[in-house]
Amino acid sequence: MEDMQTKNQQEQDEFEQNQVILTPGQLVAKRFFRNKLACVGLGIIIVMVLFCAIGPFFSPYGEYEIFYIDNETGKEVRMAEGGVGGSNMGVNVKAPMSSKHWLGTDADGRDVLTRIMYGGRISLTVGIVVVVIELITGVLMGGIAGYYGGAVDMVIMRLVEIFNSIPFIPLMLIIASVMFAAGVLPQYKIYYIMGVMGILYWAGVARLVRGQILSLRELEYMQAAEATGIRTSRKILKHLIPNVMPIIILIATMDMGGVILTESVLSYLGVGIAWPYASWGNMVDVVNQSVILKNYVNIWLPPGICILLTVLAWNFIGDGMRDAFDPRMKR
Amino acid sequence: MRQYIIKRLLICILVLFGVSILLYSIAHMVPGDYVSNITAGNQNITPEMEQRMREAYGLDKGLVEGYFSWLGDALHGDFGTSFVYKQPVVEVIGKYMPATLALAGISMFLELLLAIPLGILAARRQYSVTDYTIVAIAIIGISLPSFFFAAVLKRIFAVGLGILPVSGMVTARVNYTGLALFGDLAKHFILPITVFVITGVGSYLRYVRTNMLEVLSADYVRTARAKGLPERKVIGKHAFRNTLIPIVTLVGGMIPGLFSGAVITESIFALEGLGNVALKAVYAGDIPYLMGFNMFIAALTLIGTLVSDILYAVVDPRVRY
Repeated sequence: MEDMQTKNQQEQDEFEQNQVILTPGQLVAKRFFRNKLACVGLGIIIVMVLFCAIGPFFSPYGEYEIFYIDNETGKEVRMAEGGVGGSNMGVNVKAPMSSKHWLGTDADGRDVLTRIMYGGRISLTVGIVVVVIELITGVLMGGIAGYYGGAVDMVIMRLVEIFNSIPFIPLMLIIASVMFAAGVLPQYKIYYIMGVMGILYWAGVARLVRGQILSLRELEYMQAAEATGIRTSRKILKHLIPNVMPIIILIATMDMGGVILTESVLSYLGVGIAWPYASWGNMVDVVNQSVILKNYVNIWLPPGICILLTVLAWNFIGDGMRDAFDPRMKR
Repeated sequence: MRQYIIKRLLICILVLFGVSILLYSIAHMVPGDYVSNITAGNQNITPEMEQRMREAYGLDKGLVEGYFSWLGDALHGDFGTSFVYKQPVVEVIGKYMPATLALAGISMFLELLLAIPLGILAARRQYSVTDYTIVAIAIIGISLPSFFFAAVLKRIFAVGLGILPVSGMVTARVNYTGLALFGDLAKHFILPITVFVITGVGSYLRYVRTNMLEVLSADYVRTARAKGLPERKVIGKHAFRNTLIPIVTLVGGMIPGLFSGAVITESIFALEGLGNVALKAVYAGDIPYLMGFNMFIAALTLIGTLVSDILYAVVDPRVRY
């Protein structure tokens, strides 16, 4: 009898140990990794981040190092080696692809591959920073509007509409010319652009978060929270925000690609990152010179493909996230 | 219903005021004003002359004063005179509108023509190879930077194969008339429209697909199938008609996006449209045109949302205001 009981107990324990209980987070992860496109996207992003973050340490060249060439001997001379002032020395522009310069050099005699690495740092950073800014502002404003409703809601939603109806690209151009005239140094320009983009993008986030909070507010568990008499800030932070988390994560991944794309457009138009610093967008803008467009595909095609791959990867991840978070999408 | 529309219109006006204040104050901060641009390097201009020119162009006023004088004129339909074109802004917008309308209108039509059938097809065969292919292509389209895609197309079709023009609206130094002119214009619009459609169609396609999926899982579709209706009727009559409701909202929201999206495409292909003119206006400090153009898009956005909200109620009898 005693034996039976311990045996039963043992079996019970074993059964419980073998029982896999998944937390909601694990369920989401499981659904996410089942999506092949999303996995591919994640892979691309990891490779890109490694390439841009670690790549420059392996590249022997600098971001804006200019290469010279001895016109008589055809020997390449680096900027740092000195003796580049000679009459027989010229800048090694538009060099073809070779073992020294895997993707050749650009119109100013700089190594294209190295610049792609540095440019990628900018694009990826811009994506993350802008998304963080828009999320903080958007969640805060949307949360306040949705929770308090009434006049506060009215004011914030009108603000959202104002921001939504301003055409983005023309506005960015105006802001860029203000910055140019105000004498903002090229290396700081990108920080201003990140800030402005984050502030202009918050409206969409706020609208979504508000909608979500409006429907959550009416649920019974919120009434229960109300009945316990806890502080408002606690109600918002502990009970509402965690429940809007899925949609926040979703917006974050979905917007990442869009932000990187917009930054590249701005850089292409000459509004974003300025010379001599590299960004994928301003590396493509050499296509305006028809000679380069026609004969030096190695200069503008690789950075363009980098933009495409990165944005694509974020979009795949975003798509996978949406399916993973939506229980209705269960197969 | 009428009360709802009136309320919405009033809100629109309020929002437009907000937009104009925000835009005016930013545009006012641009220090490289038009007068210093055109007088730069000209030694015959004295400071007094510059001052008088500023007065003539209305650039001497402060932020608040300038805004109210602009607003007063704008309310009378006078958006000022474009510095660059020396014509009233309204006329300049009217003059460059056709190119943008042609580009945006044809693109929008093609986008809908592609997005609706493909979206429905993808939804009907969810998780099949067809579905994955369509969705993957749509996402690639969304992820394509328009300027890069344009460069690739130019390299292949204009420079490489030489069958299409690189940029511009008409062939230079040739005076076509009638049908030949139309053919020439059409040739110049092929690449811009391709760029526009491919980079824009993806988001609409996904939208149609998502909505179709939702409808397909609805009870009335199951009922229709249970009745033994042919699949053609289930899709065409019961499911598709219901997906039309969100599509109506989509069309309303598309219009302003087309106009602002045209800025990049037009400048890449050197089309003489509103967007390209706006880009030049930024470099020249042409504040009246910029204000007019931005307000135009802002008004379009608001009207677009309003119209789609009203249409929503018209199409969907369940919606009551």
